[in-house]
Amino acid sequence: MSTTLREYHAPVWSEPVIMEMGYPGRRGVIFSEVEEDVKTAVGSVEALVPVTMRRGRKPALPEMSEPEVLYHYLRLSQQTLGMMGISLFGTCTMKYNAQINEAMAWRAEITEVHPYQDEDTLQGALEIVHGMDTILRELSGMDQFIFQAGGGADAAYTSCAVTRAYHASRGELEQRNEIITTIQTHPSSAATAAAAGFKVITLMIEENGYPSLESLKAAVSSRTAALMVNNPDDMGVYNPEIREWVRLVHEAGGLCFYDHANFNGAMTKIRARELGFDACMFMLHKTFGAPKSGVGGPAVGAYGCSAELAPFLPAPVVAFDGERYSLDHDRPQSCGKIREFWGNVPVILKAYAWSRAMGAEGMAEASDISVLANNYMEKGLLAIRGVTRSHPDATSPRLEMTRYSLQQMKEETGVDVHDVQNRMSDFGIDPMWSSHHPWLVEEPFTPEPGEMYGKEALDTWIAVLAQISAEAYSNPQIVKTSPHNQAIHRLKSANMDDPQHWAMTWRAFQRKRQNT
Amino acid sequence: MSLHVAHPYMANSVPALKQEMLDSIGVDSIEQLFQQIPAEHRLKRPINLPPALNETQLRRHLLSILSKNKTTEQYLNFLGAGSWQHHVPAACDEVVRRNEWLTSVFGEPSSDHGRNQAWFEFCSQLGELLNMDLVGLPVRSWGCAAGHAIRMATRINGRNEVAIVRAIDPERLSVIRNYCEPVEMPSHITVRLIDYDPATGLIDLEHLRATVGANTAAVYFETPSYLGVIEHQGAEIAAIAHAAGAEVIVGVDPISLGVLAAPIDFGADIVVGTTQPLGVHMNCGGGVSGFIASRDEERYAHQYPTLFISIAPTTKPGEYGFGLSLFEQSSYGLRDKGNDWTGHSVYMWAIANAVYMAMMGPQGFEDVGGVILQRAHYAAKLLGQIPGVRVTFPSGFFKEFVVNFDTTGHSVADINKRLLDLGIFGGKDLTRDFPELGASALYCVTEVHTQADLERLAAALKEVIAQ
Repeated sequence: MSTTLREYHAPVWSEPVIMEMGYPGRRGVIFSEVEEDVKTAVGSVEALVPVTMRRGRKPALPEMSEPEVLYHYLRLSQQTLGMMGISLFGTCTMKYNAQINEAMAWRAEITEVHPYQDEDTLQGALEIVHGMDTILRELSGMDQFIFQAGGGADAAYTSCAVTRAYHASRGELEQRNEIITTIQTHPSSAATAAAAGFKVITLMIEENGYPSLESLKAAVSSRTAALMVNNPDDMGVYNPEIREWVRLVHEAGGLCFYDHANFNGAMTKIRARELGFDACMFMLHKTFGAPKSGVGGPAVGAYGCSAELAPFLPAPVVAFDGERYSLDHDRPQSCGKIREFWGNVPVILKAYAWSRAMGAEGMAEASDISVLANNYMEKGLLAIRGVTRSHPDATSPRLEMTRYSLQQMKEETGVDVHDVQNRMSDFGIDPMWSSHHPWLVEEPFTPEPGEMYGKEALDTWIAVLAQISAEAYSNPQIVKTSPHNQAIHRLKSANMDDPQHWAMTWRAFQRKRQNT
Repeated sequence: MSLHVAHPYMANSVPALKQEMLDSIGVDSIEQLFQQIPAEHRLKRPINLPPALNETQLRRHLLSILSKNKTTEQYLNFLGAGSWQHHVPAACDEVVRRNEWLTSVFGEPSSDHGRNQAWFEFCSQLGELLNMDLVGLPVRSWGCAAGHAIRMATRINGRNEVAIVRAIDPERLSVIRNYCEPVEMPSHITVRLIDYDPATGLIDLEHLRATVGANTAAVYFETPSYLGVIEHQGAEIAAIAHAAGAEVIVGVDPISLGVLAAPIDFGADIVVGTTQPLGVHMNCGGGVSGFIASRDEERYAHQYPTLFISIAPTTKPGEYGFGLSLFEQSSYGLRDKGNDWTGHSVYMWAIANAVYMAMMGPQGFEDVGGVILQRAHYAAKLLGQIPGVRVTFPSGFFKEFVVNFDTTGHSVADINKRLLDLGIFGGKDLTRDFPELGASALYCVTEVHTQADLERLAAALKEVIAQ
């Protein structure tokens, strides 16, 4: 490997928890004194609060000046690797978060707008929402999108709520109490189906990386409410029988929901509606260029469906009569609200801006590049000692990501995937993603190169893993005790699920501190 | 055919680089890499979108659209009702926009240490406002938080009814009803609405007593209520609920907690609410956020759907970091067997909230609460003096109050249209959702309003009504 690895060290600020900072009497914000006329007219603050409802002891918040707070948080931001290094995080379809999008979304025309303003004063915001709706319709073949869901999981939940309303309208909801999903579909599909009150049937995958048609046939019945599935899955495996799946579920009277979280491998190549799906979901954060921000958000799960399902969507829906945009609240068959108001408008704006900056050709090229980059990386990664690929029988090129395993490395050196994740960050590389639970592949890892990073970055990533492998086979302690160049050392997480030790607030920590 | 130009967002969009990678793999074309997708699945035509815009064009295009919005900087705004106009310190915006955590994925506790610490500081500071030791990472909205809390209660005590105050945001109630599932579902939770006293806006305790029973999983009420009233019967409500073995869930606007008692002090078991007032702009409704908090007891901790972040020691003596706690019980850990579901929420807003709370400090919260109380009451007084205008619950409110226009002969919609012509966004029209209140609007006054603003509103209303 010819790539030379850069020396790296994260900033070490040893920043105290903010609850330990400050000095009595310092202020970060002050408010203007209430006018004398006002005071005279209404009397004292105390008199305006019912006796039983007056606050006793003041909250024990830090007392700090504005710059102290600002620089504390800027130091913390510096101790967050994010995309400052190379971040190839699987299953997220990560994109560049363009600065022009941020600049536009932070303008007062978005930030200082109230959602209940007269529609005449919201025409710009409504046009953006409608514009995004139009773009997603073209990308999916669906007839109507809404943006109320505050993330991908929330969009899966929206699909469950729409599924309930649809079957209820036909008097079949009590009978249709099962939702079918697959073990390789995101956990949120199974979880939201259960939380919506359905029984969940999870199909397991076979040697070729996806569940068999026979297993679906055995699961489908007159109790089937819906199928919730992704394709490709987060191993880059595409189920070529998906059309037949949809046909079988429809034949039984169920609906079909397509989770497009892994969109890069399919973007501009296929359309959910043409495969027969009734509904689908896109993540506007991540997939459409708005930031992920950790676990994360603010986010939007854009949910789209066929004209047949549209009456059951959460209200309101943005409508356009050719001249004026409006909010259509008059939807008597609506499943009800998923979240207050009509969506995270700044996120929709960022996604709209990304889509307009890419255009259809740019999106097609992004899909091409991400699949090319994944296969390019695969060649380099499989040459590294201790790295294997999942489902060796499935020999076709994977799409935008590949599931690998470090099981061989673990058996031969004792170094596991968590050790490797920690060690990667010593080179300024964002720790790679392993896999959703349960781990079907032992010691899994799943890089997704996407279209943002250049070949040099991909080569560096491969070189870092090769370096770590070399360390694992020569001096595993370096890896097992990593990180060595990070803001802090490795967390001792053994007690974090123990009620005697967990401390989710500073108050709790002060109480339990002697336990550690 | 124009020459291919590399896209600024895609480093590998240079044709020579693509060729280099293809050569390395040993395939002739990118198309071959898509062989998993059957030909009959493929779209037969190119996607049809408007041509791509470069940054200059994109900026111009977006500005032309955005200019069609009117803002609360241009208009004097009295809308609240779930999205409130409070002062947002500029430092909150600067911190939230930092690319380091804005672009972060998840990382390890060591590599994303700063962001995890900021989240812990969000939970810790909110815990101080609430006097509660257990605070989850943020949920998507107040309604989502209330819905999850109600489901937590049903898991705790195995019951299937919830008593909810009738004076609630209809949007929030609709969200909650979805969490309670339709009647056809076996796990359906029956919602029983509790009346409010038409004279005071406070909960009708008799109705509550008659409703709460052996099936009641939880009683849910809010203070201040949707109609603005400070519910001061919290201790009685909690006693009624607890006597029946039900959990007490209280919704709260945390910006009130410098002057109002924390709900745990009058008996709350689980507290939920919004954090939008704490340093987050209204964002067209995209500023909404939620939280769930409780006492630090396993009975509650094991029912949260949220992720938790805990402080913990590192391998270096004396050093601390922050990592996920109780991950396994979440939907990430257990899929359909986990607690409800979690996923993307409003985690950057939690960082804005952390900055806000640290800048405010104990005195800031006390001061802002006082300013809001006095200005809001002054506004109510001014409006109540206008002939035909009545403030429905004239005392005991925080920042919002109901204004009734029945005897003016004008509808709220009419009045608001005319106010708009005068550069004012009037209060939220309640006519459809609360028919018992007549032609009423919910007005919101905060620390951003000055005496002069309130007098301008009163003069405008007087003029509009006289027309």
